[in-house]
Amino acid sequence: MAAVNIEDRAGFKPLSDAEAGRVVHAAKRRDFLFAILGVFVLVLSMGMLTALIVDLLIDGLTRINYDFLTSFPSRRPAQAGILSAWVGTSLVMLTTALIAIPLGIMAGIYLEEYAPKNWITDIIEINVSNLAGVPSIIYGLLALGLFVYTLGLGRTVLTAGLVLALLILPVVIVATREAVRSIPLIIREGAYGMGADKWQVIWHYILPAARPGILTGAIVGLSRAIGETAPVLTIGALTFIAFLPPSPIQPEFPFLNFDWLTSPFTVMPIQMFNWISRPQEAFHINAAATGLVLIAMTLTMNAVAIWIRYRLRSQARS
Amino acid sequence: MLAAVTQESKFQPNETYLARRRIIARVMSFLLFIAAAASVLVTTGIVYVLVSESWNFFRHVPLLEFLTDTQWTPVFAEPRFGILPLLTATLWAAGIALLIGIPLGTALAIYLSEYAPSKIREIVKPLLELIEAVPTVVFGYFALLFLTPLFRMFIPGLTGFNLLVPGIVLGIMILPYVVSVSEDAMRAVPSSLREGAYALGMTRIQTSVRVIIPAAFSGITAAYVLGMSRAVGETMVLAIAAGQNPNLTGDPREGAATITAYIVQMAMGDLPQGSLAYESIFAVGLALFVLTLFFNLVGFFLRRRFREVY
Repeated sequence: MAAVNIEDRAGFKPLSDAEAGRVVHAAKRRDFLFAILGVFVLVLSMGMLTALIVDLLIDGLTRINYDFLTSFPSRRPAQAGILSAWVGTSLVMLTTALIAIPLGIMAGIYLEEYAPKNWITDIIEINVSNLAGVPSIIYGLLALGLFVYTLGLGRTVLTAGLVLALLILPVVIVATREAVRSIPLIIREGAYGMGADKWQVIWHYILPAARPGILTGAIVGLSRAIGETAPVLTIGALTFIAFLPPSPIQPEFPFLNFDWLTSPFTVMPIQMFNWISRPQEAFHINAAATGLVLIAMTLTMNAVAIWIRYRLRSQARS
Repeated sequence: MLAAVTQESKFQPNETYLARRRIIARVMSFLLFIAAAASVLVTTGIVYVLVSESWNFFRHVPLLEFLTDTQWTPVFAEPRFGILPLLTATLWAAGIALLIGIPLGTALAIYLSEYAPSKIREIVKPLLELIEAVPTVVFGYFALLFLTPLFRMFIPGLTGFNLLVPGIVLGIMILPYVVSVSEDAMRAVPSSLREGAYALGMTRIQTSVRVIIPAAFSGITAAYVLGMSRAVGETMVLAIAAGQNPNLTGDPREGAATITAYIVQMAMGDLPQGSLAYESIFAVGLALFVLTLFFNLVGFFLRRRFREVY
């Protein structure tokens, strides 16, 4: 049996020291170049974000003042404001939060704590992850066909709040599940050991411990809902609203008033879209100012969420 | 002795308490199930609305004509309903987005997963999330009023509304998502593979290209597919910066309405319910839903696969 010479195998040629050195150098250079490429992509994408914000600041910052925040839209760009838009956004967000957060937390807890391993659970899981990928405009069509016409809810705050709630539901569900999953087993076992039943464990121990994680998800979800334009446009929200919905708080008993739910409305992204589509330059300035207010809100909310998560992680480490 | 027993029974939960607890537990587990099942109802609702409204549409417009006609003129006296112009515009924009998003996203994911020290990674990932936090209508403003005038200085023939610039902006928008999904997949590759490659004298880039990427292949593909799905379904950037004119074009420097832009444009016009134009937005919506559903399911199973392997 002849010994097989490794060097006879296909493609293998021994390298001289100089050649080997060159190969190693070339490999190292490529390695280094790639690190630079990575940093470059990072700088490029961050540069885009910066350019966007700076562009908005240059175009719109001078337009933001007290009058802009407290005036109704107008045909004269210099007098137009976003009062009805931000009031509408606040009311729609209130509705969205009241629907999406409880529903999302409940669904998340079910999937994480109760769901048996069977085909129903599988369907729900696949469904939730698919819902997260459905384009937002499809939700708009759902709202137009089902809420506006079939259920007769009309083009109201309630319809918009409902559709945005459905839109961010997967975000809240996923955040809840991750928060619940990350709770140390020892808390659970301690509670069971003291004789608590499943619901008591969840209500008194799991939920309080998962609160920061759930909160993060809720904030991120709401910040997404604030900026969503397509579904609200699709239900046919008006772009020119020169009145406010009835106030949710009233001086007489019972102090709360729900008429605003059925009021027509506009929201900030729609106001901005409307101003962008006008040909006059002056309206573009208004659009930039609205965009600044919007982006300030969403970036702040996301920064808060990131901060909560960061604190959570450093707590977990210590 | 007797005293001790009564002493103990003070700590025994009594029957009414236990009964109440049992009822609460049952009611809650039922309510939680309903909440989870409600998410299935949302999907059912979407499918129901899209199919029932398109059903009427397809009774007037044969499916074959819908898929092959090259004109989309829903409000003309002689309306033509061929989805091709809308579909090609959608795919142009999504294709350009992927052309930007895939190379940049993969490079950044490799950098974050294989090169960056954990400190940098902790800073960069939240920063990337901030890109996702920007409302799409603001990206639309940026594309139409900042980038398009800028690009028109360099690219001859670029019109005020075009597919190129929104496509590029879309690419930046899906970047964080592509990065986070593919980085997840790369980090899920066991470090024994990585260490084995290093022990053979491979550099980080060689390890990434020859070991990590093949091992994380299904997860990285999932990132691309899911990114595609997002680009296809994105609305506002295209409605603002790509124009609202159905235009079957092979030139991304021209403007053309995408499926999503068409839906927005029509829905804003206060269509009478039951008209053919009203039903047409559900028909193209159904096409969009099927398209994204396909991408999402492929992405879902690819992601699940890489999770199961390790």
